[in-house]
Amino acid sequence: MKRNLFEKVWEAHSAGRLSSGSTQLVVGTHLIHEVTSPQAFGMLRELGLGLRCPERTFATVDHIVPTNEQSEPFSDPLADEMIRELRRNCKDFGITFFDLPTGKQGIVHIVGPELGITQPGTTIACGDSHTSTHGAFGAIAFGIGTTQVRDVLATQTIAMNKLKVRRINVNGYLAPGVYAKDVILHIIRTLGVKGGIGFAYEYGGEVFERFTMEERMTVCNMSIEGAARCGYVNPDETTFEYLKGRPYCPAGEDWEEAVARWRSMASDAGCFYDDVVEIDACDIGPTVTWGIHPGQAVFIDENIPDPDSLVDGDRETAQEAIVHMKLAAGQPIAGTPIDVAFIGSCTNGRLSDLQEAARFLQGRQVSPGVKAIVVPGSQLVGALAEKQGLDEIYRQAGFERRSAGCSMCLAMNPDKLVGDQLCASTSNRNFKGRQGSPTGRTMLMSPLMVAAAAVTGKISDAREVFGVTNGASV
Amino acid sequence: MALAKITEITGCGIHLPGDDVDTDRIIPARYLKCVTFDGLGEFAFYDERFDGEGREKPHPMNEEQFKHASILLVGSNFGCGSSREHAPQSLYRFGIRAVLGVSFAEIFYGNSLQLGMPCLTLAKEAIEKIATAMKQNPETQIRVDIAAKAVTCQGEVFPAGLPEGSQSSLVEGRWDPIGELLDNGGGVDRVIGSLPYMN
Ligand code: SF4
Repeated sequence: MKRNLFEKVWEAHSAGRLSSGSTQLVVGTHLIHEVTSPQAFGMLRELGLGLRCPERTFATVDHIVPTNEQSEPFSDPLADEMIRELRRNCKDFGITFFDLPTGKQGIVHIVGPELGITQPGTTIACGDSHTSTHGAFGAIAFGIGTTQVRDVLATQTIAMNKLKVRRINVNGYLAPGVYAKDVILHIIRTLGVKGGIGFAYEYGGEVFERFTMEERMTVCNMSIEGAARCGYVNPDETTFEYLKGRPYCPAGEDWEEAVARWRSMASDAGCFYDDVVEIDACDIGPTVTWGIHPGQAVFIDENIPDPDSLVDGDRETAQEAIVHMKLAAGQPIAGTPIDVAFIGSCTNGRLSDLQEAARFLQGRQVSPGVKAIVVPGSQLVGALAEKQGLDEIYRQAGFERRSAGCSMCLAMNPDKLVGDQLCASTSNRNFKGRQGSPTGRTMLMSPLMVAAAAVTGKISDAREVFGVTNGASV
Repeated sequence: MALAKITEITGCGIHLPGDDVDTDRIIPARYLKCVTFDGLGEFAFYDERFDGEGREKPHPMNEEQFKHASILLVGSNFGCGSSREHAPQSLYRFGIRAVLGVSFAEIFYGNSLQLGMPCLTLAKEAIEKIATAMKQNPETQIRVDIAAKAVTCQGEVFPAGLPEGSQSSLVEGRWDPIGELLDNGGGVDRVIGSLPYMN
């Protein structure tokens, strides 16, 4: 029988049916960080349980690490307590920890792939909703709650219900200046922020075939913003080429065997999908969010919608969004003044993101009055960026270059918006208060669009600002 | 593990209107800086309940008559966004024991169930009717019958949605599956043994 990747992985990892009807699913790889794991270890200790597979759990620290002054103890005592707690738990339970001094620390969804821990045909869980990122490798990867983190630690399994699979084809060519970030913002805008409830998204089509692994990760990362608990791309030569030689990948004779196995996990041609959606790449433009959820987005040359023109349900949220964002309905999004520019996060904090924005920032200056920061997603990304001279380009342009971490994606470290500052951000969530100030405002976009906003001081069409004619990678 | 059998939840309600309420709103990230869930109840919806100086803003959860509510009424896609279990934990610690909404985000739904705080779906009109009743009299009792998948308020019975598996795990006291997960060690060993990358 022809099966899709989700079904193959699900069947290979099913350990039985629970009395509730849910499946007991084996979690092959478990990633943990400091925010959602301490309570789980507390529960383990309370129950007197040990770890089922300590060698299949990997830890790093990302949300609370300060990105400028990293000497310890951290100035925030709560943050300091959290990193110490994670160290203690990893030590007590024998877990590999990519801690600050290792040179491998970073955002959990950047560290897993770059070290080759993330592999095709596997199941990956992490107490973090953006675990969907790892689906770029053809893994079934999803976020879980803290009690489930406990379940994985204790049993290497969780109780889960099977998802339906929606295939999303993006065919044709993306125009210059249109990036993976625009593709996923467009998908969310098209299918809605609730559209993916109950689904795994399988991304495919010519655009995904041409995409690099980093571009695939950007798209899979935001699957959860469209309510799909996981999103994936079938593994192919691009996947294998990326993984070859990475520290946690099979090597030597084992490599060929692993590739054969991975290849066999890809969806069979002509397999069944619960739903299929077709998107034409040439319909996608540089996209910017104007609201308080990632589905409230328009192309850079469009106007902010008038809530009255929207259907019931969307209208109320749009009204709330317009008030919070202090925008005028019906006005062009371009020209909205910004205060802060942020390049980083698990969506767009990888080397190619930093390279692409730097390519155009060379010789340009951040507009006076704009605070601009660039934060590599991991220490390894930071080291490569420095080696390639990107740091210097960013510094000369007036960006502050920070150390690896989640930084301004969310408000758990010193990088925060103040008052009602408006931030042009490459991160993934524009929820009210997400970036640290309850009245702060976030607009999501691609790294190049953030760079354009930084140099002009307002939301701008990067294609015009930088004269992009061949900027897109596909 | 012996768990309570949750067959029925009765109490007063509290209505938080609006769709797509995300977990950053339920509990702002700065309150995730903790190593236990204790005390999170005070931070539920913090930025909507308090201003920058910690002064109360008008919000149902600040109103005396709703402070002992145990049933939360919400809109659609409630709990979207982050997987933080801190969100349902903060509501539970505020005193909420069941959530009634038009629809829920998946991770939030699962986190809540595993805590013994079921989320049931109700038609929008039903939520509005119950909300109106509560507005008129905050002492109005709402009865959530898990076994019958029904919500009763002022004599009117509204059919509620709850997946079969969730329902049975609640009424039979198996809503936290850890016991069953631990029991099937052999099945798990077999699967792990068959997966080259895990060995
Ligand atoms: S970068 Fe943002 S979305 Fe990604 S893990 Fe960190 S806080 Fe979460």
